[in-house]
Amino acid sequence: MSPHLPVLQVVVPLLAAPVAALVRRPRLSWLVAFLAALWAFGSAVTLLHHVLSVGPISYHIGDWAPPWGIEYRVDQVNAFVLVIVSGIAAVVLPYARASVEWEIENERIPLFYTALILCMTGLLGITVTGDVFNVFVFLEISSLSAYALIAMGQDRRALTAAYQYLIMGSVGATFIVIGIGLMYVMTGTLNMADLAQRLPAMEANRTIPVAFAFLTVGISLKLALFPLHLWLPNAYAYAPSTVTAFIASTATKVAVYMLLRFIFTVFGVAFSFDVMNLDRILTPLALAAIVFMSLSAIYQPNVKRLLAYSSVAQIGYMVLGISLASVLGVAAGILHLFNHALIKGALFMAMGCVMYRVGSVRIEAMAGLGRTMPFTMAAFVVGGLSLIGVPLTVGFISKLYLVRAALEQGMWPVAVLVLVGSLLAVIYVWKVVEVAYFRQPIGDGSIREAPLSLLIPTWVLVLANIWFGIDAKLTAGVAIRAAQALLGVGS
Amino acid sequence: MSPSALVGLAVALPLAGAGLVLALGKWPNLREAATLATGIALFASVVSLLGPVRAGLRPTLTLMEVVPGLSLGFQAEPLGLLFALVASFLWVVTSLYSIGYMRGHHEEHQTRFYTFFAISIASAMGVAFSANLFTLFAFYEALTLCTFPLVTHHGTEKARRAGRIYLGILLTTSVAFQLLAIIWTWQLAGTLDFRPGGILAGTASKGVLSVLLVLFVFGVGKAAVMPFHRWLPAAMVAPTPVSALLHAVAVVKAGVFTILKVAVYVFGLDLMGTLAATPWMAWVAATTIILASLVAFTKDNLKARLAYSTISQLSYIVLGAMLANRWGIIGGGMHIAMHAFGKITLFFGAGAVLVAAHETEISRMHGLGRTMPITFGAFFIGALSIVGVPPAGGAWSKWFLGLGTLEAGQIWLLAVLMLSSLLTLVYLLEVPARAFFGMPPEGEVRPEGIHEAPWPSVLALVITAVVTLVLFVHPGPVFDLVSLVVPR
Repeated sequence: MSPHLPVLQVVVPLLAAPVAALVRRPRLSWLVAFLAALWAFGSAVTLLHHVLSVGPISYHIGDWAPPWGIEYRVDQVNAFVLVIVSGIAAVVLPYARASVEWEIENERIPLFYTALILCMTGLLGITVTGDVFNVFVFLEISSLSAYALIAMGQDRRALTAAYQYLIMGSVGATFIVIGIGLMYVMTGTLNMADLAQRLPAMEANRTIPVAFAFLTVGISLKLALFPLHLWLPNAYAYAPSTVTAFIASTATKVAVYMLLRFIFTVFGVAFSFDVMNLDRILTPLALAAIVFMSLSAIYQPNVKRLLAYSSVAQIGYMVLGISLASVLGVAAGILHLFNHALIKGALFMAMGCVMYRVGSVRIEAMAGLGRTMPFTMAAFVVGGLSLIGVPLTVGFISKLYLVRAALEQGMWPVAVLVLVGSLLAVIYVWKVVEVAYFRQPIGDGSIREAPLSLLIPTWVLVLANIWFGIDAKLTAGVAIRAAQALLGVGS
Repeated sequence: MSPSALVGLAVALPLAGAGLVLALGKWPNLREAATLATGIALFASVVSLLGPVRAGLRPTLTLMEVVPGLSLGFQAEPLGLLFALVASFLWVVTSLYSIGYMRGHHEEHQTRFYTFFAISIASAMGVAFSANLFTLFAFYEALTLCTFPLVTHHGTEKARRAGRIYLGILLTTSVAFQLLAIIWTWQLAGTLDFRPGGILAGTASKGVLSVLLVLFVFGVGKAAVMPFHRWLPAAMVAPTPVSALLHAVAVVKAGVFTILKVAVYVFGLDLMGTLAATPWMAWVAATTIILASLVAFTKDNLKARLAYSTISQLSYIVLGAMLANRWGIIGGGMHIAMHAFGKITLFFGAGAVLVAAHETEISRMHGLGRTMPITFGAFFIGALSIVGVPPAGGAWSKWFLGLGTLEAGQIWLLAVLMLSSLLTLVYLLEVPARAFFGMPPEGEVRPEGIHEAPWPSVLALVITAVVTLVLFVHPGPVFDLVSLVVPR
């Protein structure tokens, strides 16, 4: 393994982005983007393997030792997130080619891929860095490119959705930078490990709790924690299919990772939970997200919007796990981060197939698709079952750990609410399934199955849902080790 | 072939059969031959497990570890073997029956029907041979999901509404109660394996374990304990072979089988006997027995009446488990087999009447017995078995359940069993009585040309009726197998 891999993880895609814009030919820019994603995935897997077998890596950019220079630090937690982000990108990009050609004008396609790689670069950067200001820089890279990507949706409402996201996202980013600034003022350092050492001595100072508050609220906006989720449903519903599939599986996940990093690594579990009592606010909000957002999903007439509300509910599961602040709970959160990326990726890609053939993702448009697009709808059914948490799918593994973590602390009402969330998922998934399989097809019968270039990537994720649902030793093992590392307990 | 490979084969065979059926969809005769051949092969492989299991072996096959401490695995033990034997034998018979029924009744989408039927059987085998609660739960949910297309087979608004009730109740109970109970058990005991004597003893207070028991009993929605029974009558919109095999045998027996397994191998009878919730749940089952019988009286639709009769009979088995003694388990276990043969005969009869005479309401069956004597003769025998009187097999399971109530010192539960038998006698025997002796109302003439249903269907119901009689004369094998579950 090259010792420079941590930085190349970010630099290679960063350089690929302008190349994709410069080649100006849609197919060629797609190829650049695809290669960049493949490279990122390969490098992330190598890093994860190295971290699991050897141990965390600390990389000093330009050989400037921290805390003066920028440190890239790869451990069990973020190596796993790197794999998720780049893996989803590597699956989404083959899918993107046909879908994007259909949804976006030809001359904009190179810029589209540029923005997509930049977005991935930003997300990878947030994940890999060990420097809080660097986090902010990459956050802006990923956010700005995400706004542009969402605005490219076919529907004119995509523009307002992107604008809404821009405003909310900027408020969030500002809060984050204020939090970082306050910490810098107090400690004079931006390095995470250094901050973690210096902060405990200053806990009594009121600036630190204020910084903590700004950071958590800012990050919560980014990860769409209920009730700060208002930007998300429109953004997911009106963005191009590829963008929805990519962002839904990665952007909020990376924001959840940021939350993990700040509350566990930077501030520490003792300060976050014993002094600031973060669980008292996160647990109720997470439970509210699970129940109310699942209920909202039931009433959505547009399937992409329905899935978006479901995403907010699922983020509730992740935050709930984190708020339990136990190894099992945090592991459940991290596990669901991975599992939900697979679930929502598969579901949104199935909806992309529908969009490609039918031109709409409203529920009525699904009528009869069980017969006309059997493989697409079968993918949706399996993804939906995984979302519900049926055994032998990844969704089940997440629920298993989360419920166990809640029971471990004697919080059985929490366990019950988690399962109630599953039942609400049955309702909104089955609403779509019924229309697809029981209604007669509408139109002149010209709807055909989606092309293989869309179906194969979709089914790759669908099968991953089953694979990691049957053999969860790797994912659960990594999640447990990551949780132990974050909580600083023996491994 | 080694016994543990046979256990895996029992689950894999019907799955392979499903693939075969799908591939042969264009040639109906070959397709049905594939179903029959798979069924016979499955039955043969389950039968060949009988020897090793009776010799005290417990062939085990662990497929894989899902997460540390939780694995997907199969094991053949006496109770599961009995369930598998009954289900696989009756699958063959039902396939025979289906050929007559589905063609005689001009059903559509037959390939889809036979495919999902085979997958359902594979799931039932998975339930029967599961080595731990996790595997059981996985196949339990699979069984719910792959029977859904069978319940909604006709695709009508009525079928769709029934499908919603079916899925709604079965998934709600299994996820909200059963899964919670399973994860809780894992948390307390640190394992989910089925072990003789149970895994929960001494892991938590009696109060917590009582709550757990209640969660299990209501969480196994397939056992149809009131108030979670509505899915079973709803499922009757399905074609009759589905009601016969799945909703009188495979699905519902998977439910009561789960309760028996949980009682014996998760709680253990000694622990069960000390829990405050156990007698309460026995009374919940007793209430279901009586109430469902009373509701059955009010149903004029034959399949609906049979459905409520099933609800009542299933609670016999739940009651047997809740008696927490040897006789209760033996009676309950035997009732899995006895009720299966009796009830499937009744459903076959109902389907035959539908195909041959297009009648579904009991009040319109007067005089049909004279044109369809074999069907109604078999129906009579099946009814006797459900009532629990000689010369039908059902007499034995009720006998042992009665012994169980006495050993538990619950004389009133014995009274409930007696009363229920009396009620069953009246509401079930009304059907053959009307058919043989009933007279049509003034002025009504039945169309000419009604005769017995197609021969495969008639043959099927004769087979099950004969087995019902044989089980009275030779209950030994069933008794021996079940008594291995609760050694003295």
